[in-house]
Amino acid sequence: MFNEALVELLWEGTVDTIYMTLVSTFFSYVFGMVMAMVLVITRSDGIRPQPVVFRVLDVLVNLTRSFPFLILMIAVIPFTRWVVGTTIGNNATVVPLVIAAAPFVARLIEQSLLEVDKGVIEAAQSMGASTWQILWKVYLPEARPSLINGSAIAATTILGYSAMSGAVGGGGLGKLAIMYGYNRYQTDIMFATVVLLIVIVQVLQSFGDWATRKSDKRNG
Amino acid sequence: MSEQNRTESEPGTAGPIIAIENLGKKFVVGKTEVYALRNISLTIEKGEIFGIIGRSGAGKSTLVRCINMLEPPTEGRVLFEGRDMGALSKAELNIVRRSMGMIFQQFNLLMQRTALDNVCFPLELSGMSRETARKRAMEMLDLVGLSARAKAYPSQLSGGQKQRVAIARALAPSPKALLCDEATSALDPETTDSILALIRQINREMGITAVVITHEMDVIEKICHKVAIISKGVIAETGRVNQVFFHPKSDIARRLVVPEALHPDKMVVDHLYRLIFDGQSSYEPVLANLILACGQPVNVMYASTRDIGGTAFGQMVLQFPDDPAARQKILDYAAENLIYIEEFSRV
Repeated sequence: MFNEALVELLWEGTVDTIYMTLVSTFFSYVFGMVMAMVLVITRSDGIRPQPVVFRVLDVLVNLTRSFPFLILMIAVIPFTRWVVGTTIGNNATVVPLVIAAAPFVARLIEQSLLEVDKGVIEAAQSMGASTWQILWKVYLPEARPSLINGSAIAATTILGYSAMSGAVGGGGLGKLAIMYGYNRYQTDIMFATVVLLIVIVQVLQSFGDWATRKSDKRNG
Repeated sequence: MSEQNRTESEPGTAGPIIAIENLGKKFVVGKTEVYALRNISLTIEKGEIFGIIGRSGAGKSTLVRCINMLEPPTEGRVLFEGRDMGALSKAELNIVRRSMGMIFQQFNLLMQRTALDNVCFPLELSGMSRETARKRAMEMLDLVGLSARAKAYPSQLSGGQKQRVAIARALAPSPKALLCDEATSALDPETTDSILALIRQINREMGITAVVITHEMDVIEKICHKVAIISKGVIAETGRVNQVFFHPKSDIARRLVVPEALHPDKMVVDHLYRLIFDGQSSYEPVLANLILACGQPVNVMYASTRDIGGTAFGQMVLQFPDDPAARQKILDYAAENLIYIEEFSRV
């Protein structure tokens, strides 16, 4: 059923999907982390309350999150062209993926950071820790297991988004599924892409779970 | 029971380390203003253990947080070694905070760091090199008797051990004062005693001033030199611990020195008196002598021995006869024999 050319196609699709997912997850994490840190320290009970900054960023994150990904992808096409010079292919997909995923990741990280015991933050303040020191030496290390877990969730969500991008010029398994499975009724290829996506998600999630457990020192 | 003498070196002669002046803390809840603290003035002398006692919600935890500005007061000021804490810049405040260690009811250790790394934490904050910090941290763990558990994570330690790590961490930057916020409230009685002994040892040997926040009179009696009783956000009474114990002036103080079951609203009998005797008179049969001399029966409602600052004191709550003349006879006898008795039922 699968000739060599098809296997080659599926392999390329898999590599492209993993590439897009990892690169997008990385950038979403970088931007999401900055947003989450600002949200956590500027909230009313944070270590540097700034109600205006908090409100603006909070609304911005919600706005971006309420955009359906398919529409967002099309809406940011001019911006994508400006950043990577093209609107098709893997790198072009990364731009809308990061725009869509960063606010989501920001919320995930925000939740993880808010789980850190308030008492520990207070203890650090009582020892004369600065805002930066509390972020780097308390919030991030104390939230580490939860952050790792969140990054696995983020990666699987971004993987799902990346498949959707096949509809408007993105690459990877999503493109294969739409081109062959949808436009040419080749259900076997459709089926193969689904199986591959499931495997990738499983691997990501299992690795995330394992790394979370491994890094958590709270369970003795 | 400890046999230490009351005449041990009296702290508090070196001048104040913390002065709280007309301090108030106002919270705004919706449109109403709520005072958590009002008109608090206290002077804490260098080298003493100062207790602040009150029920939950009395404002004592807010008060201790005002001392290191975790809760900036809305009125009045706090002077630490003469410096107005409220007038410091953020950077200056962080430096001054290093001279004030703090320990908490819930220990507040970093859960993802080992005991040793927890103690290193405040040293890292001040930029000490990793090697020097580790050396200092090991010394501190040794001091609290936990050097064998240096590599353990907090989740592998018992409550008492966690508090010891917290104490080591608070002491690592060589503070001048130690703020203890209900430090023993999450611990069982035996562990409480060992932690209190450790705080007293630190106070004696290192000369570190301690501010002890608690809701238990036991804690105050065992280690504090002075006490402030706080109720509904104001200071009800303050003084040396034995003075407050012998002559409580406020209702709240009178309630604190005896168990709850004896509080007047729970006792239906009249003519209750509180009799107190110190270590010396406890060698004599005080009560038996009193009964024999006066020929009057008394009913013992409550009796206990309290350890105040390492010295044994006895106290009894007695019911005297209904006949006023008989009662007067007993009181006269007590006055002649320097037995301290005060009426208890009028609280």
